[in-house]
Amino acid sequence: MVPSKSLKIVVCIKQVPAVPDMKIDPATHTLVREGVPSILNPWDKIGVEEGIRLREKYGGEVTVITMGPPQAKEAVLECLAMGADKGIILSDSTFAGADTIATAYTLSMQIKKMIYDIIICGRLAMDAETGHVGPHLAELLGIPQICYVKRVDVDIDRERVIAHREVEEGVEIVEAPLPVLLTVMKGLNEPRLPTLKGVIGSRRKEIRVINSSELGGDMSKYGLKGSPTSMKKVFPPPLRKPKMILQGDPKEVVESLVQVLLREK
Amino acid sequence: MSEDTIKEITDFSGYKGVWVFAEQRDERLKNVGLELLSVGRRLADKLREELVAVLLGHKVEELADELSAYGADKVILVENELLKRYTVDAYVKALAELSLKYKPSILLIGGTLKGRELAPRLAARLGTGITSDCTDFDIDEEGYLVQIKPFGKLMAEILCRTRPQMATAKPNIFKKLEQDRSRKAAVIREEVKISPEEIHTKVIKVIEVTNNPYENIENAERIVAGGRGLGSKENFKLIYELADVVGAAVAGTRSVVDRGWLSANQQVGQSGKTVAPKLYIAVGISGGAYHTVGMQNSEVIVAINKDPNAPILQMATYGVVGDLFKIVPLLIEKLKRIQR
Ligand SMILES: Cc1cc2nc3c(=O)[nH]c(=O)nc-3n(C[C@H](O)[C@H](O)[C@H](O)COP(=O)(O)OP(=O)(O)OC[C@H]3O[C@@H](n4cnc5c(N)ncnc54)[C@H](O)[C@@H]3O)c2cc1C
Ligand SMILES: Nc1ncnc2c1ncn2[C@@H]1O[C@H](COP(=O)(O)O)[C@@H](O)[C@H]1O
Repeated sequence: MVPSKSLKIVVCIKQVPAVPDMKIDPATHTLVREGVPSILNPWDKIGVEEGIRLREKYGGEVTVITMGPPQAKEAVLECLAMGADKGIILSDSTFAGADTIATAYTLSMQIKKMIYDIIICGRLAMDAETGHVGPHLAELLGIPQICYVKRVDVDIDRERVIAHREVEEGVEIVEAPLPVLLTVMKGLNEPRLPTLKGVIGSRRKEIRVINSSELGGDMSKYGLKGSPTSMKKVFPPPLRKPKMILQGDPKEVVESLVQVLLREK
Repeated sequence: MSEDTIKEITDFSGYKGVWVFAEQRDERLKNVGLELLSVGRRLADKLREELVAVLLGHKVEELADELSAYGADKVILVENELLKRYTVDAYVKALAELSLKYKPSILLIGGTLKGRELAPRLAARLGTGITSDCTDFDIDEEGYLVQIKPFGKLMAEILCRTRPQMATAKPNIFKKLEQDRSRKAAVIREEVKISPEEIHTKVIKVIEVTNNPYENIENAERIVAGGRGLGSKENFKLIYELADVVGAAVAGTRSVVDRGWLSANQQVGQSGKTVAPKLYIAVGISGGAYHTVGMQNSEVIVAINKDPNAPILQMATYGVVGDLFKIVPLLIEKLKRIQR
């Protein structure tokens, strides 16, 4: 990596279904995305905002990257309108059905071709909520990771990041050399809304769409085929049988409730 | 993918044993590791293989007794000053080297914040798959680990076609076994070479926060939880008042945490905490599956909801159909009177 006095920042973003309780296709056991409105994963929006703020402070460039279907372009445009500089969409039917390992492999194949100082991922994506892709990606790239970040400072001269991150016992202040991968928490910042000027400007920014043959790499590691995990079946959750339903006059209901609760202990 | 393609490349004969990572901090074991030993015990018995606890730290040998009392057949112990305090770099290195040497078939890791960043990095290093936040496990006819977790409104069964089969599970999902101090696990000492230069992410300082007792929901015996039915942040004072009379901590759904009515560490459910108190009072909560996975192991569940069709009433031990703004004040008054 060329030492730089400005920051090359890559933000990994994902488009997710907007509805909280999504549907599953009974045949393929994958998420039904058709007809479901999509949004930019909220944690990724925080990632984009932080990338832009770092660029504003230290200079440099913010590239957003996503692996997804062609309509993921909407999410990329939103990030460009916020102020990101460039977009990359990794899109190919070969990439479809990827689990987190295959997703991270795909992203890593592109990012390895780039020059970067900081990679930012969301702490989780709202659809499956694994939070795996960031740590997988850091490992595949062989760079340090700082997860659950709530504050970031860069020591440009020493090429190090100092971050506050959430852990069970409180806040850990950690330091790592560039390049580094961060996963960001809610509360790190308040993402800006795209301005009209931003929206218009975004149309002139570069968005590259890359397919599997351009990306290269080991085709057996992409998509469904490259995924070590897969869903075998889905079934309705077991119900606990109710012991007692109380209804009617509130006074009587409370009376009975207190009676039964006293008996419980 | 159909089941036969999931299992196409399968010579796993070299991979044996169920491993549980025993997370410790300040020479004290986290409960989640002990909880995983209980489900690990069941899996190991079904496979007729060994249950192994992996313990990393510095001067932590004594903890091996506790791990055997809670079900481990064997404890692999690595003591090293650089493992005293957790860092993702040192811990991933140690676990990866041990896994490559012993080739476990299953590796379970507690879904603490540290576990959730350590496990996926380790999986990538080992070139294997991983499933997060499982709520149950089983072994199928061919000896695969069935990883069960909520998916949408349903439950999903996930298989992994590489080894080790890795998964995380949150605290409070599984119940610890009864301690049996007469059990004596074999302790195997291992060395892992770690140099300070390999620890890229260095901890400079830890600012410990002492939790507000209302927010310490993971360890509370009683919890009063509020949902969107409360209508506003101000109305949560009703929930706090009820919590005071019952001696409970205060929790809520994601909907209320997203609205800023409670803090994030009070969220129960798939993307929050899992709790299993003696008493869980759910007020104005609909009972979406993503919420109920986080509290379904509670001993007694009381639900107060004005909608007789709310799913929470289906799973409650005592379901109260009614307006919370009438029921809860009466309940507080009545309980106060009894306590006097
Ligand atoms: C990937 C993912 C992860 C998620 N993780 C979580 C999680 O960790 N935790 C979580 O909780 N949710 C989670 N959710 C959201 C979850 O699916 C539900 O949407 C949420 O739990 C609903 O919250 P609620 O019960 O407060 O609100 P609602 O579903 O809006 O329910 C409010 C209830 O209050 C009742 N009510 C209203 N007024 C009154 C009154 N005056 N008296 C009595 N009852 C009244 C209503 O009848 C209704 O049943 C997740 C969703 C997704 C997609
Ligand atoms: N398909 C994808 N394309 C780009 N980034 C992704 C993709 N999936 C996940 N990520 C990144 O990884 C983070 C965690 O996602 P997940 O592991 O799916 O919970 C997200 O917030 C994104 O930053």
